[in-house]
Amino acid sequence: MAQVTKDSPAAAGPLLALRGIEKHFGPVQALYNVDLDLPAGQATALVGDNGAGKSVLTKCIAGIYQVDHGQFLWEGRPVQVHSPRDAARLGIETVYQDLALADNLDIVQNMFLGRERLRNGLLNEDDMERAAAQTLSNLRVTTVRSIRQPVASLSGGQRQSVAVAKAVMWNSKLVMLDEPTAALGVVQTKMVLDLVRRLRDRGLAVMMISHNLNDVFEVADRVAVMYLGRLVVQDRASAFDRQSVVEYMTTGTSGRVAGDGKEKHGPS
Amino acid sequence: MARAEAPEDPTASAEAAAIVDVPPEIVAQSLGEWFRAWLTRLRAGESGVLPVVLGLVIISIVFTAISPVFLSAGNLVNLFQQSAVFMVLAMAEIFVLLLGEIDLATGYTAGVGGVIAVQLVQPVTTKWPWWGAILAALLVCALIGLIQGTLITRLRLSSLIVTLAFSLILSGVMLILLGLGPFSGYPGLLGQSPNIVALHKLMWGTIDPTLSWIGMVVLVLIVGGILWWSDSRRRRSGLVAPPASLTILKIALIAVVSVVVVAICNINRAATGTLAGVPWVIPIVLAVLAVWMMLVQRTRFGRYIYAIGGNPEAARRAGVNLAWIRTWCFVLCAFTAGIGGLLYASYLGGMSNNFNGGQIVLYAIAAAVIGGTSLFGGRGKMLHGVLGGLVIGGIYNGLYLLAIDVQWQFIVTGFVLLVAVTIDALSRRSATSGSAARV
Repeated sequence: MAQVTKDSPAAAGPLLALRGIEKHFGPVQALYNVDLDLPAGQATALVGDNGAGKSVLTKCIAGIYQVDHGQFLWEGRPVQVHSPRDAARLGIETVYQDLALADNLDIVQNMFLGRERLRNGLLNEDDMERAAAQTLSNLRVTTVRSIRQPVASLSGGQRQSVAVAKAVMWNSKLVMLDEPTAALGVVQTKMVLDLVRRLRDRGLAVMMISHNLNDVFEVADRVAVMYLGRLVVQDRASAFDRQSVVEYMTTGTSGRVAGDGKEKHGPS
Repeated sequence: MARAEAPEDPTASAEAAAIVDVPPEIVAQSLGEWFRAWLTRLRAGESGVLPVVLGLVIISIVFTAISPVFLSAGNLVNLFQQSAVFMVLAMAEIFVLLLGEIDLATGYTAGVGGVIAVQLVQPVTTKWPWWGAILAALLVCALIGLIQGTLITRLRLSSLIVTLAFSLILSGVMLILLGLGPFSGYPGLLGQSPNIVALHKLMWGTIDPTLSWIGMVVLVLIVGGILWWSDSRRRRSGLVAPPASLTILKIALIAVVSVVVVAICNINRAATGTLAGVPWVIPIVLAVLAVWMMLVQRTRFGRYIYAIGGNPEAARRAGVNLAWIRTWCFVLCAFTAGIGGLLYASYLGGMSNNFNGGQIVLYAIAAAVIGGTSLFGGRGKMLHGVLGGLVIGGIYNGLYLLAIDVQWQFIVTGFVLLVAVTIDALSRRSATSGSAARV
């Protein structure tokens, strides 16, 4: 109970706090009483084995699924998220693995897809190109040859960077990344992780779903572990080591104590 | 393929692949650089409109060698007129091809539209004014598109099957409409009634030669001015823009083609007396092209068509109303097909049960694909319909000149369609294997 990050009243409180989230699909209970904090300016890694409920939780936050029970506290105020539009209005953006970009459109067109700027009813390409270039250079995504090249011609890491840039372009406050480094090479992975750090440094709350513990320990400030639909533990990344995370992921509890006692969130 | 092999230096190969996939006009700073990038793309199998242009040259050489009449002014104007129907129907088809769908009913939709217009202006029966008849025909066509589009998007039926069914239904409807009135199934457009004359002139009316020249100069100035103005503004504000020399080259090309076309049309092509000037159908086709180009490339609606064709899931997540856009594409396809049907009726001077919508729709799809539009969705432009229509029109016209039997025309058309879809599939395969190698 003595976690500084979680319970310290001095901190302004997390950007998004989930309290008692439950979700079931017919008879199948997918989420049991999940409490999760996503503080601004920190990268939280959400880890768990397949079927632990990471994706369901992400989709609940993104407004794709609606929760059955529980509360969303956005900057301390209770809010309702019933649709992706509600989530977008709050400033929640999700970067999905490989689903978010249209290969045949160029970088600018993809970044503005669904929110094109118009002038006299026609697309204002010049304006959009300038804004897209600005966002990319702010995030130091500089490896693309031209922002007018089709996304099909980008490498995996570049595509992921464009997808992230697309998400942060809309003054978002919380960016959720679903397996951002899956299927990427070493150099590309580094590129994406650097980008995650930059988002965090700009004061955004970042939630990263990952299977890759190397990535998790490299970039995450906080780690939250899910096991069979429950959030079994969340804490500073430094409070964990690789072994304890694996134990939480596979058994829902850990005999090892890396920091000071934190069996508190264990299933019971 | 070099890109698929495991290279020693991954960054170098990624760089090379990027050069191949990035259109040359995006990265080139000078004309020379643009040309080199274009050659690189060409060698990698990314040829753009080159096959169409080559096809046109080959067709011209072959048919001229066999029949010297092919390149005569009279025949070339006739070729434009015949191609116009294919061009407009191909542009119609491109609306749905961009989505990755297909419309096999385009031919008979055009047929129904043509028959409605021809029947309505007949002075012995309905006596509609020409504009009312045209409007009614186009509205009925749009309605056909709306029904098909609704079935396809709301009930999630396959567009192939729905439009195949409609092709049959509409061919029957066309025959019923043909049988109305005292015309024994052959309502014509030959006569003195001003309404009949107006429809007949869609294809056969000509613009006075002097006026043709003036109109051409004005058009080239406007198009060239817009091109130059927008490119130079983008260059000034440091956005991605082609080099100035390339813009000038484009404008020059447009000017040369316009001058050649108008010059050919202004040659007297009558056996006796005078018949010269640009046929009305050329500005009609250009107007359809300009409006649809604007819609597809410069509006939000058009952007969403490409997004749906490229990745429907991405479009959905971006908040695009997929069903609405898809339905509208079928409406626009059928509406444009109606314009093609009016031109067809005008060309034949009436409608008859000889109208083979099943064959014409294949010509239209072939024209779109030959022009460079993909059957897999997401890639293509309205201009492709016009270029591909010219190729199909050339083949059709040439075979007709050589008095080749109809069975051989079928066989040649079939092979042209096969070649076009093969090129499309192969270029797509090489593109995807390229990106797979780079992930």
